[in-house]
Order: sequence, then structure tokens, then C-alpha cells
Amino acid sequence: MKRITFLLVLILILSLALTACSAPAAEEPAGEEPVAEEPAAEEPTGETEEVVFGVFEPLTGAYAAGGAMELEGIELAQELYPEVLGMPIRVVVVDNKSDKVESANAATKLVDQEKVNVVLGSWGSSFSMAAGPIVEEAGIPAIGTSCTSPLVTLGNDYYFRVTFIDSFQGVVMANYAYDVLGAEEVVIIQDISNDYAVGLAKFFKDEFIRLTGNEDSIVSIASYNTGDQDFTAQLTNIKAMNPDAIFAPGGYSETAMLVKQAKELGLEAPFLGGDAWEAAEFIEIGGEAVEGVVFSTFFDAAAPLTPESEIFINAYREKYGEDPASVTALAYDAYILAIDAIERAGSTDPEAIRDALAETVGFDGAAGVVTLDENGDAVKNAVIKTVENGEFTYLTTISPK
Amino acid sequence: MSINTFFQHLSNGLALGSLYALIAIGYTMVYGILRLINFAHGEIFMISTYVVFYGVSIFYLPWWVSIIVAIVITGLLGIIVERAAYRPLRNSPRISVMISAIGASFLIQNLAIVIFGGRPKSFPIPDYFNTVIQVQGVSVPIVNFFIPVITLVALVILIYIIEKTKTGMAMRAVSRDYETARLMGISVDNIVSITFGLGSLMAAIGGVMWGLKYPNLIPLIGLMPGLKAFIAAVIGGIGNIKGAVLGGFLLGMTEIMIIASLPNVTGYRDAFAFILLIGILIYKPSGLLGQDIGEKV
Repeated sequence: MKRITFLLVLILILSLALTACSAPAAEEPAGEEPVAEEPAAEEPTGETEEVVFGVFEPLTGAYAAGGAMELEGIELAQELYPEVLGMPIRVVVVDNKSDKVESANAATKLVDQEKVNVVLGSWGSSFSMAAGPIVEEAGIPAIGTSCTSPLVTLGNDYYFRVTFIDSFQGVVMANYAYDVLGAEEVVIIQDISNDYAVGLAKFFKDEFIRLTGNEDSIVSIASYNTGDQDFTAQLTNIKAMNPDAIFAPGGYSETAMLVKQAKELGLEAPFLGGDAWEAAEFIEIGGEAVEGVVFSTFFDAAAPLTPESEIFINAYREKYGEDPASVTALAYDAYILAIDAIERAGSTDPEAIRDALAETVGFDGAAGVVTLDENGDAVKNAVIKTVENGEFTYLTTISPK
Repeated sequence: MSINTFFQHLSNGLALGSLYALIAIGYTMVYGILRLINFAHGEIFMISTYVVFYGVSIFYLPWWVSIIVAIVITGLLGIIVERAAYRPLRNSPRISVMISAIGASFLIQNLAIVIFGGRPKSFPIPDYFNTVIQVQGVSVPIVNFFIPVITLVALVILIYIIEKTKTGMAMRAVSRDYETARLMGISVDNIVSITFGLGSLMAAIGGVMWGLKYPNLIPLIGLMPGLKAFIAAVIGGIGNIKGAVLGGFLLGMTEIMIIASLPNVTGYRDAFAFILLIGILIYKPSGLLGQDIGEKV
């Protein structure tokens, strides 16, 4: 019994030491920036002396890389623009754990406990959609970062976003497949448990059928689940169909594995996809197999779109020593758009901010000019990228018609 | 479905099945000897993949050295988990030990999230393992040849240890009755530690093979393979090592063939595995090879 107690104590000490070692690394994603820590001062007067931006992002789980990149954008924006209307901005970050239920919990925490003025986030349409009803009911405006599914803002007066939507993205990729690749027959393989992927697949399918005028031009729609590791069965079937191209909307970690296994099975058709692929992990996991895949996204550091892009890219390079990802730019835009709306409203009242947001026209963001339409969606350009020599490479920019 | 496509599916199913079998062997061995479902098996499996990753990327160890380090560390981890989470409860009701096992599993999983971070890592693969061999129009990545061979070798070695060595005899004695085994002069604690060490070692080998085939590392990577291995073990008759291998092959093959022939239901892939588990538990709870209780080791 003594030995057991001793061992238990040893393990406890060890685990403490381990967590202590990793503390600096763990702090970064947790990142609750204590800019002005006076939580007690705000309640009695009823007038806030600080503005609170609530951020919910996947900081752990399958999409942690996406959340981490967006958080970088928000942190950078806060360093450049720490105040609005003379009040300091406090950013509260909550982890939605790459999970729909946790997203709803995260949003509830932000609106109920933290009393935020604006909600920012999230990477992943599913997570944003889970938070949608909660922000709407609380009457707190939310600005989506890279959530591209039309359903995020549809019928929700309090959800806005700084990105284009999948109906546009799907059309862009269908046109690319038809015009540039000359594809006649395409197979879709989608992550069926991911709202974003299913939506994107649908818009791609509709547009591609319209372009080819052939109902059977989408030969087959295969699917898999988030978190799957083995796609060989689906890919073997796809190989037998011999398509001209494969459209594979889904997250970067699954798709990287999927493309790798496709190449191992000798599947030569080019892979097309959406913005969710743009993460360093996509190339790290996929390796040589992902060379030549083509996807649409929001932004590229090689082609700055506005004066704000320059400010953002320079600040990012100075801080991190590399080029920013698209979603980092979008998160940055969500933050500065919130500031812009508060300034236009002249108030930190959530209702006033909402009204100002709804009237956004020609706002210069880092990832392009943002004009919000009646649904609260940004109308803006898409950028097409590929993977070349282990790096994301800019191909072209496509504007909405 | 053309002949080529069919053989490609067969080859895919064989590779996936043998991987499940490899993980299931360790699972079932621990159960066979201790009557304990070690839910932390999947987490031990996960740790082995991360040890290889950090060995190669931070300590610049040669690839094969990291694997040996991973196997050793993972074996030790298995022994530590047993001492900390299971040994204090050896005389408690079985449900307490099971809850403790689930707790150990969550603890390791969440420690991994804190220590390794949630962002996916890429398992280091030597170029050799990226080779793909074409056999009669069927593409087989070279790692798919290794996995079944390693599974069968591991099976033979474990059966040898359990049936032919003195330690194995002690293991079998412990599996029947702790008290009597102790009266016969067997150090039960040592035998239990050895069993856990061996089981974890098998998890580590499974982890390395899994990483070579699916190089996408996240702290939750052990969850699904762990459950699938559990299902494979139950199909084969939990506690029976040969049964675990059979169960693993069957499960892998069933999964691949169901997706291959019914593409519309792929979203329910994992559900099929659990339906299979429920079916086995209802109609043949002792599993396919599990009738002979007396030989259960």
C-alpha cells in the first residue's frame, strides 16, 4: 500500500511538472488577453467602461489548426487596434472543441456570463450554426470569420460574416473544373457530417450540371465521416468510375489523408476543393500526394487586395516571420469590422452595433472589400490556389458576377 | 464490380483488418488474464505514435530508434497505468475497475491535448514505406504487406509465451484464480505487470503501424481504433488471442465491403461496427472462438 501511495504521489508530481513545462505553449491558444481587468467596475453603473469581444473558435479537436490561425488574426488586430470610442477592447476566447454541442455552450457562455458586446467566430460553418440561435435570442450581433455555409446567416438577423459564401465558392470551383480542366465527368466525395462540405458539394453539383447540361455529369457522390482515417473503399470505387476530376469538400486533415490514399491507389484525376484545405497541416500530412490540388479561398499574401491588406501582411510578417493564411486575414477583418460598426453606431449597445453592421458598404478589410448583402453575407472576390513544391501558391482571382 | 476492383477492395480490407487485429491482440490478452477491459489501451496506442513523432522531429533520433523508444516507453506506461489505476482496486467489484479504466483513458487523452496540443501532427514516414507495389492492377502500399505479417508474428510469439513458457503458465494460473496462484508461489503483482507491459507493447506496435498507414496524429487518435479493437476482440471471443485476430480481420473486411457495395450508407460506417458488436453480444456473447471457457487465456 505504501508503494502505491508513493507511486501515486510520484505520478502527480510528474504530471504537474509536465503541465508546468508545457504551460507557455498552452497559454497561447488559451489567450484570454487581460488588457483591462476590471470586471467589477462595469456592472454598477450599467455603462460599460470596456468593450468586450467574445471569440469562440476550435482550439482543440480535429480543427484546432483552423481555430489557432484565426486566433492569431484576432490577436494581431487587437495589438494594432486596442481601443474603440476611447474604451479598451477586451477579448474573451472560448474553445468550442471542434464540436457542435460545445459551440452552443461556448456561445451561451459568451452572451450570458461574459456579457460580450460582439461575438466573433467561428472557423467551421457547423460551429457557427450551432451558435446562431443563441446569439439571435440574446440579441448580440455575431460576425462570422471563415464560416461559408449560407445557412449560417440565413434567417438570422444577428449573424453577419466577412467571407463570401459556398453558393459562390461552389460556382467558382465548378467553373474551374469545366473551363480550365475541361472536365466532363466529376465525382464528389464529401464529409457527410460536415454542414459546410455537404453545402459546398450541392452548389458545385448544381452549377456543374448547369454548365455541362448533363444530369449525369456528376457520376457519383461518395461520402465519409469527420474523423475517418480510411477512405480506400470509397476511393477504389471512384477509381473504377475513371472521372475527369474529383471535388472533395471537407476538412484539411481528413482530405489530406484522402488525397494521399487516392494517390496510393493510383487515382490520377485532379482533386478540387474549398477554403477549408488551407492549413499547413494539409501539406504536412498529405506530403507529395497533395501537390497540384486546386481550391478556392479568400486571400493571398502575394496579391494584396486593399491598403488594409498591406498593414495586416506587414504586421503579421513582423510578428510571426511568415505569410498569413486566409482565415487569419478573415478573423482580423471580423475584428476590425466590429470596431468600424461600433464607431459608426457611436455606441456599444449590441442593437446599435447590429444595425450599423447591417449597413456595411465598401469596408476595406485585409481580405478584400466587404459589402454585406441583405442576408449579412459579404460579396467579394475568391482566390484560387494550388499546392506547388510543398507550398500554397496563388493561381488567380475570380470576382462575383 | 470488376475483378480488379474486387481484389483492390479485398486488399484494402485485409490491411485494415490486420491493423484492427494487431491492436485487438493486446486488448484481448489483458482481458483474458485479468478479466479487465483496459479502456486505456487506445490511449496507450496514441502515446506510442506521439513518442515516435517527437523522437524523430525533436530529438532527431533515427526512425527505427524512435520506434524502439516508443515501444519501451509505451510498455512502461502500461505498467504505470496498471499500478496507479487498477492495482489499488484489485479486490473491488469489477465495475469499479472498469470505471477506473475509463477514467485513466480520459486522463491520458486530456493530458495529451494539454501537452501535445490539439493541432494535428504528421507521423514521420521513411520514404521506403511510401512505395506502392502494383500486383495485377491492384495497388498495394508496401506497409499493407508489413501489417498482416507483423500481426501473425505477434500472434505466434504471444501464443508461444503464454503456452510454452513458465511466465505464460503463471499467467494462465493467475487468470484462473489469484489466491490459489499466490499460494502456489506465483508473484501475482509481477505477472500482472508483465501482462500489462506485453499488452501495451502490442499497442505500441499497433500504433506505429497505424501511423505508417494513417499519418494524421491527434490526441483522440486512439479512441476509434481502441473501440474497433474492442469490437474485434468481442467478435472473436474476448480473452482469446486467435479469436481477436479473426475478429479484427472480419471487422476490417466487413467495413470495407459494406462501404464498397453500399456507397449510400458510408455515413454509418462506425454504426455498422457497433451493430455487429450488439448482434454478437445478443446471439453469441462468447464470440466466435470463445466457447471453450477452460482454454480461455
